[in-house]
Amino acid sequence: MKKEMLSLNNWIEEATSRQQNLDDFLLEYNTRELECSQNDLLAKMYSMLEVMEKSVQTGLMGVRSRSGLTGGDAKKLVEAVGCSQFISLLGDKALDAVIYAMAVGECNAAMGRIVAAPTAGASGVLPGVFFSLKKHCQLSDEILARGLVVAGSIGLVIAERASLAGATGGCQAECGSAAAMAAGAAVAMLGGTPRQVGTAVAVVFKNILGLVCDPVAGLVEVPCIKRNGSCALQALLAAQLALAGISSFIPADEAIDAMKSVGDSLPCALKETAGGGMAITPTALAWAKQYFAKARG
Amino acid sequence: MNLIDVIGPVMIGPSSSHTAGAVRLGLLAASILGAKPVKAEIHLHGSFAETYQGHGTDMALLAGLMGWMPDDERIPCAAEYAKANGLVYSYYKIDLGNMAHPNTVLFKLTGVDGSFCEIVGSSVGGGQVKVTEIDGFPVELTGRLPAILTVHKDTRGVIALVTSTLANAGVNIATMRLFRSDKGGMASMVIECDQAVPQEILNLIGALQQIHSVRFIASVL
Repeated sequence: MKKEMLSLNNWIEEATSRQQNLDDFLLEYNTRELECSQNDLLAKMYSMLEVMEKSVQTGLMGVRSRSGLTGGDAKKLVEAVGCSQFISLLGDKALDAVIYAMAVGECNAAMGRIVAAPTAGASGVLPGVFFSLKKHCQLSDEILARGLVVAGSIGLVIAERASLAGATGGCQAECGSAAAMAAGAAVAMLGGTPRQVGTAVAVVFKNILGLVCDPVAGLVEVPCIKRNGSCALQALLAAQLALAGISSFIPADEAIDAMKSVGDSLPCALKETAGGGMAITPTALAWAKQYFAKARG
Repeated sequence: MNLIDVIGPVMIGPSSSHTAGAVRLGLLAASILGAKPVKAEIHLHGSFAETYQGHGTDMALLAGLMGWMPDDERIPCAAEYAKANGLVYSYYKIDLGNMAHPNTVLFKLTGVDGSFCEIVGSSVGGGQVKVTEIDGFPVELTGRLPAILTVHKDTRGVIALVTSTLANAGVNIATMRLFRSDKGGMASMVIECDQAVPQEILNLIGALQQIHSVRFIASVL
């Protein structure tokens, strides 16, 4: 018998029929799968959150990448916010999510320590959303740890039905999936229903569908760092709609499947090979030429 | 795949394939050599050769050779540590042909005991790695499980002797592969186990008459 594919819809319906919160349901599910206690699993999540928080701090110091291409933008944004002439276009929660997400992206590019959740290239999105909500919504560490279980479970479904790798599905599979994970987790952490978690996941994929992976010179820098910021924002937008009671016409599983089918149709040039998109703009090519000449020299 | 694979691992950036995977290849290469490396000629192929500086692949490979894990914060400074630890290294560009994975490295390693080994390995995505060649022998070693690697004379009964020694020690075999140069010539076994293999068991296997060498390769995931 063929193993049935993981389904976010099934989990949501099961939790709903048992009148359970999705984080409780998924904590039980994952402790069964991992054959460990709830305390052990939560302890693991606390240790991941600790690393994430340190990555944010590292990024905020204004680190630069080894290639010299990127760095210092998260710090610049913090400094701008502190200026008296600063015009805030986003609210505090959204702004901090973007700042933290870019900080982790810059920490990663500068060979700092990060949690690859779900990947190194998309490692800023979850910390961005989680630590902004922690700060502004006074979420406890336990709520964050449980949120990470929800995020990881959503990632499991995406990994099985589609992919989490830019080389397989483009950036929609990498930063996009991170945004879907963060959006679902945000809804759960803020007390939303299991169905609202599903809505947030579906809305993210609707909004980022088709996002290509086009790193300049093949490095995890441009456009990856700003995309981490942008996807943190997408996660908050989707969570906001879901928590307002707006539903998604397309269910979560089908939205994930749509992401896979788009990923399959993307040409190789747009899947992490630096053969298309931003990577082949004249500016990118000129920089890459000079960079590779130096590397060969 | 499980939750811990999605929320993790903790690693030094920027790339799971070019950085974390490169550390793991260095770790595997050092355990295959079986001695502290004092000289490393590192030949980079494909994307490894093109982007190694920006991704820190050069530092990551050295870090692995020194026995560090992918989340070690000293990785960006691996070159300084290598110099201080008496590991002489050099990098080269190499073309291993179209059939080679784009992220492939050929190590030529000399150990502190004078041993020498050539190892080819690739970083195949998401931090997963595969060692494909040892001293010209085709092998397949992923570092996912603890493993033992033998070099022996292709003779009747060697496999039975090795596997029964493992069985008696309570070690379960997960996967096993055999390679030989020619009938009755040199052969090699890669045995992935569910448990780490204690040194005394390795000594027993190493003492078997047909065995030239045996190495324990710790899991690197």
